[in-house]
Amino acid sequence: MLGRKIARHGVAIIGTALLGGLLSATMVRLAPGFDTDEAQIDSHLNSESLRALRESRSQQNNILVFYLQSLKRASQGDLGSSLTLHQPVSKLLRERAPLTLRLIGVALLLSWGAAMTLALSAAFLRLYSYDALATVISGILLCLPAAVVGLLSVLWNTPAALAVAALVFPRDFRYARNLLGRAYSLPHIITARAKGLHELRILFWHVIPVAGPQLLALAGVSVSLAIGAAIPIEALCGLAGVGQLAWQAALARDLPLLVNITVLVTLVTLLANTAADLIGSMVGSQPA
Amino acid sequence: MTKLTSTRVLPNLVLCLCLGLLTPSAFAQGELRFCLRSEPKTFDPLQVEDDASVAIRYLTGGTLVRMNRQSQVLEPELAQSWKVSKDGKQITFKLRSGISFSDGTPFSAEDVAYTVQRLMDPSLHSPTGDAFRSGPGKVDTKILSASQISITFPAPVAGLDRQFDQVALISQHSPKKEMAVLGPFMVADYKPGATVLLKRNPNYWKTDEQGRKLPYLDSIRLDIQPNRDIEMLRFKRNEIDLINSLDSEYFDKLASGSPQLVHDAGASLDSEQMWFNQVAKAPLPGYKKAWFRSTAFRRAISDAINRDDLARVVFRGHAQPALGPFSPANRFWFDAKLKPPVYSPDASLKALQREGFHLDNGTLKDAGGNVVVFSIITNSGNKYRERMATMIQEDLQKIGIQVNVVTLDFPSLLERMTQTFDYEAILLGLSNVGLDPNEEMNVWLSSSENHQWNPQEKTPETAWEAEIDRLMRLQSASSDPKKRKEAFDRVQEIVVEQAPFIFLVNRNALSASSSSVHGLSPVILAPQTYWNAERLSVGVIEAQSRP
Amino acid sequence: MKIWRRVACAVLLLVVGVSLCATFVAPAGYARQYREAADAPPSRQHWLGTDDIGRDRFARVLYGTRLSLLLAPAAALLSTLMAAVIGGLAGYLGGMFQRAAMTVTDLFLSLPWLFLLITVRALLPLNVSPLVSVLATFLILGMLGWTSAARVLCASAACLRDSDFLRQARASGIPGARLFWIHVLPNLKPVLLAQFWVSIPVFILSEANLGILGLGVAEPMPSWGSLLKELEGLVSVGEEPWKFVPLILLVAVVTSFQLIVSKQEEEFAV
Repeated sequence: MLGRKIARHGVAIIGTALLGGLLSATMVRLAPGFDTDEAQIDSHLNSESLRALRESRSQQNNILVFYLQSLKRASQGDLGSSLTLHQPVSKLLRERAPLTLRLIGVALLLSWGAAMTLALSAAFLRLYSYDALATVISGILLCLPAAVVGLLSVLWNTPAALAVAALVFPRDFRYARNLLGRAYSLPHIITARAKGLHELRILFWHVIPVAGPQLLALAGVSVSLAIGAAIPIEALCGLAGVGQLAWQAALARDLPLLVNITVLVTLVTLLANTAADLIGSMVGSQPA
Repeated sequence: MTKLTSTRVLPNLVLCLCLGLLTPSAFAQGELRFCLRSEPKTFDPLQVEDDASVAIRYLTGGTLVRMNRQSQVLEPELAQSWKVSKDGKQITFKLRSGISFSDGTPFSAEDVAYTVQRLMDPSLHSPTGDAFRSGPGKVDTKILSASQISITFPAPVAGLDRQFDQVALISQHSPKKEMAVLGPFMVADYKPGATVLLKRNPNYWKTDEQGRKLPYLDSIRLDIQPNRDIEMLRFKRNEIDLINSLDSEYFDKLASGSPQLVHDAGASLDSEQMWFNQVAKAPLPGYKKAWFRSTAFRRAISDAINRDDLARVVFRGHAQPALGPFSPANRFWFDAKLKPPVYSPDASLKALQREGFHLDNGTLKDAGGNVVVFSIITNSGNKYRERMATMIQEDLQKIGIQVNVVTLDFPSLLERMTQTFDYEAILLGLSNVGLDPNEEMNVWLSSSENHQWNPQEKTPETAWEAEIDRLMRLQSASSDPKKRKEAFDRVQEIVVEQAPFIFLVNRNALSASSSSVHGLSPVILAPQTYWNAERLSVGVIEAQSRP
Repeated sequence: MKIWRRVACAVLLLVVGVSLCATFVAPAGYARQYREAADAPPSRQHWLGTDDIGRDRFARVLYGTRLSLLLAPAAALLSTLMAAVIGGLAGYLGGMFQRAAMTVTDLFLSLPWLFLLITVRALLPLNVSPLVSVLATFLILGMLGWTSAARVLCASAACLRDSDFLRQARASGIPGARLFWIHVLPNLKPVLLAQFWVSIPVFILSEANLGILGLGVAEPMPSWGSLLKELEGLVSVGEEPWKFVPLILLVAVVTSFQLIVSKQEEEFAV
């Protein structure tokens, strides 16, 4: 039963990721400036070179043909070549993925650790001043532009993962605080606490089953939030990860690179969200 | 940083001095670190087009001749001497002997022939190669001896010898292909997105006046960092040694605390300019096209812009109001007869009124009653251009013109500028690397695609454009510098009179360097700070010379 | 506790009141360039100094407050409503609908929306008025910002779907649509409120970033986002603390709103 469910999800994930690739390719192709190159305004280039420059881009004009050809090549293990960096996309992704995965992994651990600690203690203590303090801290972080967080990270020599975590934390905290606050306000949990039931037992037996599925959904969403935060941080801090690559590819309209990165990001997002859904449905099906 | 370098190099020096074995290699001096603003697109010197790759080509490539960035005079490098034929079609080089590429492969005239043939291959589409392509036909290379070669072009190439400043030679026989170099440094390591490490070329041929081998530096580490704020932060923390092109506000901030760290070499060749869309097929209303194609309108706009304020406020005084297409920094080609622009909104308004424009409740309208409003687009992320556009917006407001400032990402701007022509005015900059007007042929010829205000005219649409075409071709075909100068002086005067480009300011060449870098002599020509990289050192030479 | 809320209310009233009186408090206006005093420190004439081309920063903060305080909450409301409808309905209906809605959400989370925004800018005329440009920007932000919340809401609604009170309500013959509006949506309020408060500063910052695409508030109009961009020159801002005022103001406003509303959240939750 579980095997079939996982297999069905697997097929859906691959289908959605491929659709994501096609949609992103279409968006890039339709956006203005797709077939331009900065070299076009190099006054040294003569008209033949300029024509050749334009033709090199126009090969990707028919987006469906381009995508189908890319898929065919990808099935043979060839992800194409970056238009701007002149290197195979598979090599670029292979070299840079570990750094980004590590960065996102550590950032998620930090942001979730901080968000859950603060949210749990706020919901548990129900002290207004403590809650206000946590709200102010998360509010400050929420109001800081990503570029400023990145600069602060360089200024204070802190790990980039901390910067990504600082961007993800306030969003996680706000949702988690509200969800846990609501769970702790439920009548049966108030009764249990009044009767002196052990806090850990209340947490694991009553709070988690109520707020668990939503928190897991939030955890799934955090992955895409962290990916989104990693892009400006990697670009600012000069970290050679997939985020920096995505930034460069977007600025240069590097279609092969962008499509592959989108498929990769979609896959990671879907995997995280599907895992959260599956675990959430198991948690949710347990009796509260 | 200084400390780290000293601790590494000093013991070697002490040991050598004790043994009395002061070999040239003992003068190898540390590592120089600075930032590239973008990822280098290629290490092949013949395909270079972006700034980062140009920087690496400059540091690694060996050229036949090199223009001294300080004196602006062409000097011999791998060619001991050279001669250009009277018709400007042929150049003969006499090469130095006993020189090897970085991997030990001997250098000969064959390599020059190979480089030129590859460079001129039409399928390569190299900007460096295209600069030599003045007419149809093949380039002929003739090896006269192992150390002598003559190159014949199908048509005269103006400033032929100077063009070779950009041609880094590659080896025909080396298994390392373009990675075998003749310049002072060679690429040792490249981490995409992070760093390019250059190590000294052990086979570099040059020595200094004392017979010591050049370059002094062991290595150069180029960190890829597009963000200028972070570059500045790293400079302040001594993580990099120099900033080749410094923002004016950071210049002042650094200068207030440590004036010895910053250098203002004066007005550079780079200019900031705006122009109106004069393309006949542009999707603009007819009355707007008529404004933009009117010389009086363009001149009036030019007169209503306060360039002194742009230089003083936007660039904190580290820029000069632009006089014309060439900056006074281009000593030979600048037309000294050009007069400084005069800011005069009153004169501008009167000129517009003579053309049928009139003020109606503070709003300028044309003879047909259309409100004078247009947009200026510029590339986003360039705060100087955004500020200039906003200041121009206020300047033109004073004569009743409403300007909308729009910032666009560069590809979108490029599409409007070169393909759809869906714009009214553009504010951009022009980076001039070369000094010779021939390098701007594609900007001034009306048939060219880079004739920005009205590209690819089948025949010149105005008499003054026809005259510019004639003069540019005249100067290009002539090998007499005096005649060329006369022709290009007239081009500059026509451009100022007709204002197809409204030149705004010439930015100063600002740089910063750590006190531990020695031998620096910043200039206005690129690369401003490391043009003499082979003679730069970090830390130790200075320490040694002190008692 | 009451003092905190009173302080929060006072802060909000002060900010809104002063920004509404901007015409009198800062008569110089937000666009006038005092070019002789560019990038000046605070003075009697310019309380928060001037920006890089000599515009009075205090006036710009006040006028920017008007715009951002009006439009960012509007966009946040739009995104919250969209999240409620899409996420809530998906979770409530379940089955194929839930799977399809969540697949669309996942796609939304991963696509490079930058290119859609660039295309939108291309569709707008260049001489568009700053107000239309900023309205379009916040509208797009509102329409794209619902995804994260929709996922969490879907999980919440799915939990409610099988709850006893909904079963009883269904059994008593209450129509599905009424059930959703009367019983499901109110139970999603904690997530909806979180989405709303998180979105306001996020949208304010996003508006500034969209300036690089030619969207957002056009010069010379100010917005909090464009004022916050000054902080990116942080290397020097450290020596000029008055440039932090827009950030402090934004934090103060967002936090004040949250402090006031947390009372309602608690009351609702209990």
